[in-house]
Amino acid sequence: MALEALHGITRYHSKNEMLRDEMMIPDMENLSNQCQLAIPSIPKGEVNVGEYLVDETGRKIKLNYAHGTTTLGFKFDGGVIMAVDSRATSGQYIGSGNVKKIIEINPYLLGTMAGGAADCTYWERVLAKQCRIYELRNRERISVAAASKLLANMVYQYKGYGLSMGVMIAGWDKKGPGLYYVDNDGNRMPGNAFSVGSGSIYAYGVLDSGYSKDLSDAEAQELGRRAIYHATHRDAYSGGIVRVYHIKEDGWIKISEEDCKDLHYKYADEKSAFS
Amino acid sequence: MATEVMEVGDYMRDPRKHHFSPYMDNGGTTVAIAGDDFVMVASDLRLSRGFNIFSREQSKIFGLTPKTMLASTGCWADVLTLNKVLQARLTMYSHEHHDVMSTTAVAQLLSTMLYWRRFFPYYVSNILVGLDEEGKGVVYHYDPVGHMEKLTYSAAGASVSQIQPLLDNQIDALNMKNVTPPKMTKELAHQLIHDAFISAAERDINTGDGVIIHTITKEGTSEEKIKLRRD
Repeated sequence: MALEALHGITRYHSKNEMLRDEMMIPDMENLSNQCQLAIPSIPKGEVNVGEYLVDETGRKIKLNYAHGTTTLGFKFDGGVIMAVDSRATSGQYIGSGNVKKIIEINPYLLGTMAGGAADCTYWERVLAKQCRIYELRNRERISVAAASKLLANMVYQYKGYGLSMGVMIAGWDKKGPGLYYVDNDGNRMPGNAFSVGSGSIYAYGVLDSGYSKDLSDAEAQELGRRAIYHATHRDAYSGGIVRVYHIKEDGWIKISEEDCKDLHYKYADEKSAFS
Repeated sequence: MATEVMEVGDYMRDPRKHHFSPYMDNGGTTVAIAGDDFVMVASDLRLSRGFNIFSREQSKIFGLTPKTMLASTGCWADVLTLNKVLQARLTMYSHEHHDVMSTTAVAQLLSTMLYWRRFFPYYVSNILVGLDEEGKGVVYHYDPVGHMEKLTYSAAGASVSQIQPLLDNQIDALNMKNVTPPKMTKELAHQLIHDAFISAAERDINTGDGVIIHTITKEGTSEEKIKLRRD
């Protein structure tokens, strides 16, 4: 090996390059630079990329989209609460009932998933890498503002190409709790409470009616859980398991993962106990 | 009297819209079930396009490494291309590292490769099966653009909506009260796969002709073919 290197022969490399040329294997750039995806060789104006996904019979191609979704996040005195459902639908079909829509970027950062499931998991995975590199370069953790901006800038590069994501990036940094909303148009904004997805209208209703800055930890967690539960009840595209996470000064903790079915009877019992 | 034939150039015709439809649905169904020390993967043998049957003996399962296999359905052209590219990547990996890629690594590679074509996807539903680093059976299910989910069993392709609920009920005992899910054995997995495909062939025109079942254990792989309705 050493002799080969001395003579400038890179045997294994060239063997692979030969293989690639002979078989016309595309050089998948995103294996080395994750932000570089294949752009179809069709004029963009002629066919709306991302929209022409129909087969010959005109049937829409099932991309296991998590289009229907309810996710929420809010800041309060005790940190940040994030709560989500777990249903993934492609059309009318429930592709999965146990999706993890809260993506654990690192012990201090969480991301949520609404829109295209693959879009969210892919770009938040790339974000996780970028955040780790930031830590190694700067010997300190990345701020929530910076992390969310990295993501927003990455997806902005593909604006108009049909990416579909509406995510919240939450965490704890030097400034305390942080919560940002980022979407595929390149929007990025800080806020105290967000809800994203088809069930968000229902979740907002519950969230706004019970929200205040000085909730106790348990109250805040229960508010998030209840908001998601009510959304899963009214929105057919949301359902499955209600997951609740809480971000505090020393990182995030998983609070609960409960089936909506169990929550439904739990809340029904509580209601009948009152009357 | 001879009529003059006029040459009509393309540019003189009325403008017309040409549709670009690169995709075709070739049917096919795949099922995978994992156990503690094995994984079983099966596909039907019919290749079709609408009501035309192209082949009655086309397996949709591809061996990747001695421990992993890929089951793909959807647009057959994309299935073949994706498989070719993935095989080449695995060969390159083994040249570089003098070792075969682990199942978990293949799983992530496939996801990244599918996402590479995010704006012009491979129209393929994939199930990747194999034994992990501890020798446990694992099943990964993918959507066409690389969203990945790790499972213990899964169905994909034409008859998903018929087979998946059956497996949910029989393997995970979902939506049943006071029932403990059974321990997965090779015998049970084989029985379920067999039954699932017989039922699907009865009701889905894109599934039929036969099933091929592959079993991966630490001792190696084996395969078996079972006949299905050929109508």
